[in-house]
Amino acid sequence: MVLREAVARHEPRPDRLGLDVAALKREFPVFASHPDLVFLDSGASAQKPRSVIDGIADFYRNDYANVHRGVYSLSQRATDLFEEAREKTRAFLNAGEAREIVFVRGATEALNLVAQSWGASQLRAGDEVLISDLEHHSNIVPWQMLRDRIGIRLVVAPTDRTGGLNMAAFEACLTPRTRLVAVTHVSNVTGAVLPIERIAQLAHAAGAKVLIDGCQAVPRMPVDVRALGCDFYLFSGHKAYGPTGIGVLYGRYELLDAMPPWETGGGMILSVGFERTEFQDPPHRFEAGTPDIAGAVGLGKAIDFIEAVGRDAILEHELALTGYGVDRLSRIPGLNLLGGGQRRISVLSFDLDGIHPHDVGTVLDQHDVAVRVGNHCAQPLMDKLGLAGTVRASLGIYNDEHDIDRLVQAIEAAREMFGR
Amino acid sequence: MMDLRELYQDIILDHGRHPRNFRAIEHPTHTAKGHNPLCGDRVTIYVSLEGDRIADVSFEGRGCAISTAAASLMTEVLQGKSLDEARALFAQFHARVTGGEAGEPPEPLQEDLDRLEPLTGVKTFPARVKCATLPWHALEAALKGGAEGATVKTE
Repeated sequence: MVLREAVARHEPRPDRLGLDVAALKREFPVFASHPDLVFLDSGASAQKPRSVIDGIADFYRNDYANVHRGVYSLSQRATDLFEEAREKTRAFLNAGEAREIVFVRGATEALNLVAQSWGASQLRAGDEVLISDLEHHSNIVPWQMLRDRIGIRLVVAPTDRTGGLNMAAFEACLTPRTRLVAVTHVSNVTGAVLPIERIAQLAHAAGAKVLIDGCQAVPRMPVDVRALGCDFYLFSGHKAYGPTGIGVLYGRYELLDAMPPWETGGGMILSVGFERTEFQDPPHRFEAGTPDIAGAVGLGKAIDFIEAVGRDAILEHELALTGYGVDRLSRIPGLNLLGGGQRRISVLSFDLDGIHPHDVGTVLDQHDVAVRVGNHCAQPLMDKLGLAGTVRASLGIYNDEHDIDRLVQAIEAAREMFGR
Repeated sequence: MMDLRELYQDIILDHGRHPRNFRAIEHPTHTAKGHNPLCGDRVTIYVSLEGDRIADVSFEGRGCAISTAAASLMTEVLQGKSLDEARALFAQFHARVTGGEAGEPPEPLQEDLDRLEPLTGVKTFPARVKCATLPWHALEAALKGGAEGATVKTE
């Protein structure tokens, strides 16, 4: 199969337009185990291609040892593969240097790292961190903790009726005390794509640093951290077809270099005495203890996979499929789709008049349609919208129009059961 | 496909749409809130206890068909029950929806358990068991906490 060969050779296929979803789907063993599964929960976590699953197993079978420690050749090989994954990640984000890539457990850890290391060392009482009301809990709570600890202010820019960030309101929230703007690249609730370049320009003009949560963006669009103009960018591997337990924090080196360690232990130390300890330079300063070595290798395989399929092709495919989904869902009576009007990708969040999302989710599950129901870790946004929760269908590269049709059929079954 | 109608029996759909005792009690002797963080469901249970007897029990809140029907049916069977009977009903009900063992039910409660029987369809839907037990956990918290009110969360 062409794709598998391309993946195996790690060759990007920039010539490819549109996706052969049937062929892609065969690369995901979960669909062989569950042939009828319509998986529409990639926004929570994506399924894993064979190259990632096998890549991790092969690494454990053939190349595994601890990294940055052994003098023996196996340890050197593991170290090389681990650092190769860092370099792949650098290229994937178009960061300037591999040492700007810190491996973490996931986006949550990356956000806590920035809040506790950069935030606690650089911010003073009265300084402001500006977020949006679209944010995931993990980009809210670390700042609240910092607020309670050192007295920063947490400012929230509102969304508009279309479910995207209200740029006029955002600009009005920037003040001379704004030190950091921390927003999502793509909303996990409305699918809105935020204008990051514009946000970064405005933030920098106001003297603030810029942090972008790229969890929903990285799996489905080209991301260039330097073109975006951000200071920090982070994502979780498991939403990008990689394994759980690994994520990435990109930080401009100058910023990382000025940041103190936030966790301490082995691997991040230059020298230790009982009086004083000298720490390693970034990124190792922020990678205390034995890292998730196989996770990093698996993330590298996921990046190879995404590049082999082609990020422009994935973007094009998911935008088209999102449009199809919006069109189909909008025709269902009593279905209220969140967001709209702005550029949207992958996420279709909705509620149905008179039917609780949890009941919809159960009916959909009985039709082998896997979606997420609830508040999507964005309770403040749900409260603002006056919703207890929504049903959320989110797309991946293995989804096609047939999946949307099956979703629509299952929704019709739910409407019938609950008599609406 | 498991039969969805085992879960959503007519009586569940009816109580889900038209819950009984869906109101506040103005001066409850006991009250508590139940919260299921997974789905955002919230229920408030009100109890008016006279001596050791439940003179009135009601609820408010918003939830799925299962949790609304569970709360509705619970408030129906608990009217006029003693605390011991309420506890015995919860133990029996809990065992039935989780597939556990609760021993022989006391004879006089059999009729009430029959009325709760439609909810036991959740036992083949593990993700929905907490929907059925949430109002009962809130009731338990209310009876322990008194008129001050407590909040209980599904874990």
